[in-house]
Amino acid sequence: MYAYDEIDRTLVNERVSEFRDQVQRRLSGELTEDEFKSLRLMNGVYLQLHAYMLRVAIPYGTLSSPQLRKLAHVARRYDRGYGHFTTRQNIQYNWIKLSELPDALEDLAAVGIHGMQTSGNCIRNITTDQWAGVAPGEIEDPRIWAEILRQYSTLHPEFSFLPRKFKIAITASDHDRAAIKIHDIGLRIRKNEQGETGFEVLVGGGLGRTPFIGKTIKQFVVHRDILSYVEAILRVYNQYGRRDNIYKARIKILVHELGIEKFAQEVEDEWLQMRDGVLALDDAVVEDIRSRFSYPAYQKLSDNPDEMKAASADPRFAMWLGNSVAPHRVTGYSIVTLSLKPVGMPPGDATAEQMDAIADLADKYSSGEIRVGHEQNLALPNVAKRDLPALWRALDKIGVATPNVNLITDIIACPGLDYCSLANARSIPIAQELTKRFADPDLANMIGKLHINISGCINACGHHHVGHIGILGVEKNNEEFYQITIGGRADEQAEMGTLIGPAVPYADVADVVEDIVEAYLALRARPDETFVETVKRLGVTPFKERVYATR
Amino acid sequence: MPLVKGGKIVSDTYAGLADDAELASGGNVLMSAARFLADPAALAVRSGQTGVVWPNNRDIDDLVPHLAEIAVVALVFPSFRDGRAYSQARLLRERHGYRGELRATGQVLRDQFVFMLRAGFDTFDVRKESDAKAFAQVAERYSVFYQPTGDGRATAFRQRLARQAEVTGS
Ligand code: HEM
Ligand code: SF4
Repeated sequence: MYAYDEIDRTLVNERVSEFRDQVQRRLSGELTEDEFKSLRLMNGVYLQLHAYMLRVAIPYGTLSSPQLRKLAHVARRYDRGYGHFTTRQNIQYNWIKLSELPDALEDLAAVGIHGMQTSGNCIRNITTDQWAGVAPGEIEDPRIWAEILRQYSTLHPEFSFLPRKFKIAITASDHDRAAIKIHDIGLRIRKNEQGETGFEVLVGGGLGRTPFIGKTIKQFVVHRDILSYVEAILRVYNQYGRRDNIYKARIKILVHELGIEKFAQEVEDEWLQMRDGVLALDDAVVEDIRSRFSYPAYQKLSDNPDEMKAASADPRFAMWLGNSVAPHRVTGYSIVTLSLKPVGMPPGDATAEQMDAIADLADKYSSGEIRVGHEQNLALPNVAKRDLPALWRALDKIGVATPNVNLITDIIACPGLDYCSLANARSIPIAQELTKRFADPDLANMIGKLHINISGCINACGHHHVGHIGILGVEKNNEEFYQITIGGRADEQAEMGTLIGPAVPYADVADVVEDIVEAYLALRARPDETFVETVKRLGVTPFKERVYATR
Repeated sequence: MPLVKGGKIVSDTYAGLADDAELASGGNVLMSAARFLADPAALAVRSGQTGVVWPNNRDIDDLVPHLAEIAVVALVFPSFRDGRAYSQARLLRERHGYRGELRATGQVLRDQFVFMLRAGFDTFDVRKESDAKAFAQVAERYSVFYQPTGDGRATAFRQRLARQAEVTGS
């Protein structure tokens, strides 16, 4: 965990009092809605279909148990008793009153949490691997660098009014759980031949109307230079990014229009003038930040304790163990994913009671720490294996032990037409219907790893382009239609999915997904050839034929 | 529009000069970049001060050779959402060592004051009277700054080191 000190806390408090003043000026009419809009957006406040929505940042997806309890408190006190975890390590509250927003933010500030830079055209919450610091084989804990970038980007005086929002993600593992290739800047931590830490820098990834996979702009930037290099990218973007058309304003368009070589040259020219300036990181800074991350005192424990052996006789436990529990870098420990995708419920929602209970379980079994991942699930990062049976019983009781992590019912979906004013179509009911169709755990296990992503419009908040099966809501003659893509992925082999054919009406979506899955089961070369592998091998044609044969 | 300088509302001693108006020798004037660049030598014979309004889509490299001759650079925020002039301001101050007046013009609202001060602006053509009056108070709103910029404010990290030094008595 990173411990905020008085200095960090002061800033958050100053921000809350500024926002209180802004809300007052809006309520009194001194600010127009247009002027207020960008101010509220910079504090994570959106106007949705029914109410204001508050988006709160969970920097690099790490929460302490008191922080999670405070999130529960806000859900209970100011909202309707639940919160919604998003794909960018944020939580959203959908029903907060404008006049109570400053109070909610003040309560959150007490535990160092805020909504700064969760929306607006600034550098957004920096995200990383939800298993950071505990994943086996990781080069080093990427959260140190995420925190350095968080501090660097917080209320940045030059980059708070960029052409468009700006998202940065970091990973330090071979397997990319942070989806860095679909971010404005993606950073992959590496070591050079001298053993120094540095970053491969990718730029220009993003989804939305014009999806792009990020391109490598520099193979290796040594850690001392990472802030100056990021600043050089931002400065070029701030000056030359398009501002005439919001659909062309993301950095991906600038990179695309200039070409990566030309863009890289602009950045290099800028960078060379400043790399030895004030942003050069000295080791004392890095060490100070590193020292404020604390790690549990791991014990020497058995990797196969009797408690686990005994409990494995219960097939439900065994299934959960096989699905939701991942290896830890320390022997005798594991990383436990808590599925927020129970059958028939909106993906990513958690009630205040669940959050409180999870905070208690984190205290008891996971050194008080909770993680939030981009798949809209939570994780307990430090669970001793001998505690797994007891933990499982407790998680099962509160409904967060559905053994469907990475399976077909582990669906990522945006709020869609149920909440969002930009939506063409509903997302949540589609997800709910699909979880019912594939509710049988044996069926889901037989299908294996398969990610479904649903967005209610082209803004792609549900990352449909990179879903193994992607579902995009479009509007046709005032009716909800859905385009289906297959073969997308968001990891280190990121790729956009391919459209299988004409959009289908709302009522057909679940049937179409069933057809695609049946086709896959018939076509796969071996039981362990995953869905995306089969699509890669065969292309979309056999799937398309299957789906449209009868339509 | 009220002008804030040195934290206070002051009267503007500069008059805008249209592109086709005659350039008098005396008096302080603000002229467009286009007019200025058409004949930079014209300033040499003036007794009054000259300022230039520099658009936010024009490279400031074109202005840099002339910085010694001008007293005011006015950068433009066509909308408060358009943040290009923040980069221009920092480059003028931090890279090119410009020490003259740096004026923010256009849609300048109170919620940008701190960002603008940090980027190096020292004079503000404020849209609303109420914002101009609140300037001093708003400018003090934050005491913690994470990034180093040319404004010389101690960053959070330097504050931390200073506190640690106090604690250890070194
Ligand atoms: C209901 C309120 C929401 C609104 C109004 C909204 C609006 C938008 C818009 C307009 C964009 C496109 C921006 C652009 O490409 O320049 C966008 C992108 C995005 N949104 Fe949302 N969103 C909302 C909720 C969410 C939620 C709940 C999530 C997470 C589940 C989310 C995750 C994202 C992500 C990850 C992107 C980036 C996609 C990309 O790379 O282009 N949003 N959002
Ligand atoms: S994808 Fe569209 S419908 Fe879904 S939350 Fe984003 S803006 Fe709204």
